[in-house]
Amino acid sequence: MSLQATSSQTVGPFFIIGCAWLDRAEIAGPGISGERVTIEGRVLDGDGKPVHDALIEIWQANSHGKYAHPDDAQDPPVDSGFQGFGRIPTDDNGKFRFTTIKPGSVPGPDGKPQAPHLAVSVFARGLLRRLVTRIYFPDDAANAADFVLNLVPPDRRESLIAKKAGAAGTLEWNVILQGPSETVFFDI
Amino acid sequence: MGNIAGYRRPMPGTQPNHLHPDYVSSIKRAPNHPLIQIPQTLSEITGPVFDRKTVNVKAFDLTKQHSGEPQGERIIVSGRVIDENGRPVRDTLLEIWQANAAGRYLHKRDQHDAPLDPNFSGSGHTITDDEGRYRFVTIRPGEYPWGNHYNAWRPAHIHFSLFGPAFATRLVTQMYFPGDPLLAYDPIFNCTADEKARQRLVSQFDWETTLPVEALGYRFDIVLSGREATPMGHK
Repeated sequence: MSLQATSSQTVGPFFIIGCAWLDRAEIAGPGISGERVTIEGRVLDGDGKPVHDALIEIWQANSHGKYAHPDDAQDPPVDSGFQGFGRIPTDDNGKFRFTTIKPGSVPGPDGKPQAPHLAVSVFARGLLRRLVTRIYFPDDAANAADFVLNLVPPDRRESLIAKKAGAAGTLEWNVILQGPSETVFFDI
Repeated sequence: MGNIAGYRRPMPGTQPNHLHPDYVSSIKRAPNHPLIQIPQTLSEITGPVFDRKTVNVKAFDLTKQHSGEPQGERIIVSGRVIDENGRPVRDTLLEIWQANAAGRYLHKRDQHDAPLDPNFSGSGHTITDDEGRYRFVTIRPGEYPWGNHYNAWRPAHIHFSLFGPAFATRLVTQMYFPGDPLLAYDPIFNCTADEKARQRLVSQFDWETTLPVEALGYRFDIVLSGREATPMGHK
C-alpha cells in the first residue's frame, strides 16, 4: 500500500486556543539530572519584526543521551519524569523562554556521536509547513565534528548555536525566518 | 539504531511550498534559503510520547465544556489516523481548535464582528485507539472574513494537530467541509499544488456516524508519513 501523507496547513493566528493546554516551558523538572540551562530568544520575520504568533516545540534526549521513546534501544537510563518535550508560544514581543537540561550525545548517521542538540519545530501564522531546526550549545568540543552541522555552510552554522547571555546558564537563540541572517532550516 | 528505518519524505506537490504569495502572511515569513537536507537520525525518528494519562477524557466533546449548549449545528468528526503504509497510528495525540458557529474565535486578537458564544471555547483533544480511530463532538464552525485580499473569507475549517510516532511525523493541518463554495477562493486551501492532495483535506459526510436527531457525521482520515522499507542511512 502506498498512501500519501496529509498536506500541512498553517496553524493560523489563533492556535493558542487548541495548544495552550500542553504548553511546557519547563522541560526538565527539579528532580531531573543534568546541567540546567535557560534558553531565550525571539522569532523575527523578514523585516526584523517580532512574530507574536509563533509556537516553538522542542524534542530532546536526557542528560545521558537517551530519548524517552521505544525506538531508542540504547543502554543509557531513562529518567522517569523526563519526557523531553517542550512547547512555548511567543509573547506579544515575539519572545520565548524555556528551561531544560543540556542533553547528552546521541548517535549520528556516521556512527559517531552527534554534538548535544535540541530538535526544534517552528509553527506560525504564515508558515504553511512547520520549519525544522536545531539548537546546539556554545563551546561544546563536539560541535566541530557534528555530522549535521558539517552539512551546513560554515558561515551559516552560527544560527544553530545558542550564545551565552546574561546570567550563568542562560543562553540566547533566535529564530530569524527570512533574510541574510536567516536561521538554518532543515529538510528531514 | 542503524536497523530502524526512517520516515518517508513527501511526494512532490503533495505538501505546500513555504512561500505561497497568494497567502500574504507567507511573504515575510517563508525562508529565502533552500532548506538543508539532513539524514534522519535518532533525534528525528523518535518523538514525544503521550500516554492516556496526559489526556482529559472529556476533551473530545467541545459541546460539553460549559453549563449550556453551544449555538450552532452539532456535528461528529471522526476518522482514522494511519501511516503511508496503511497501518493504524495508535495512541497518538490529536488536538483541534476552531471558530464558533458565527465564525468567531475565542482569542483576543480576533476582531471579527460576530458574537462570542459563552458556551463554546473551540478547543479539544483526544488520543487514537488501537485501530487509529478518533472521534470529536463539536459544532460546525462558521466562515469568517480575513484581511488577506479584497472580500476574503475563510471556508469553514477545523485545525488539527498530530504528533505521530516521531519528530519526523509531526503534522498540523486543517479539515474542510464538502461542497463549501469558498474553497475555490481560499489561498490556504489552495497552497498545495496537487489537486488530489487538496481534496484529501475535505471531510466526507458520513451517514454511518450520523446520530438520529442529534448530530451529522463527518469523516476525516489523516495519513502520517510512513517508515521507509530500508533502514535509514543505508542506500
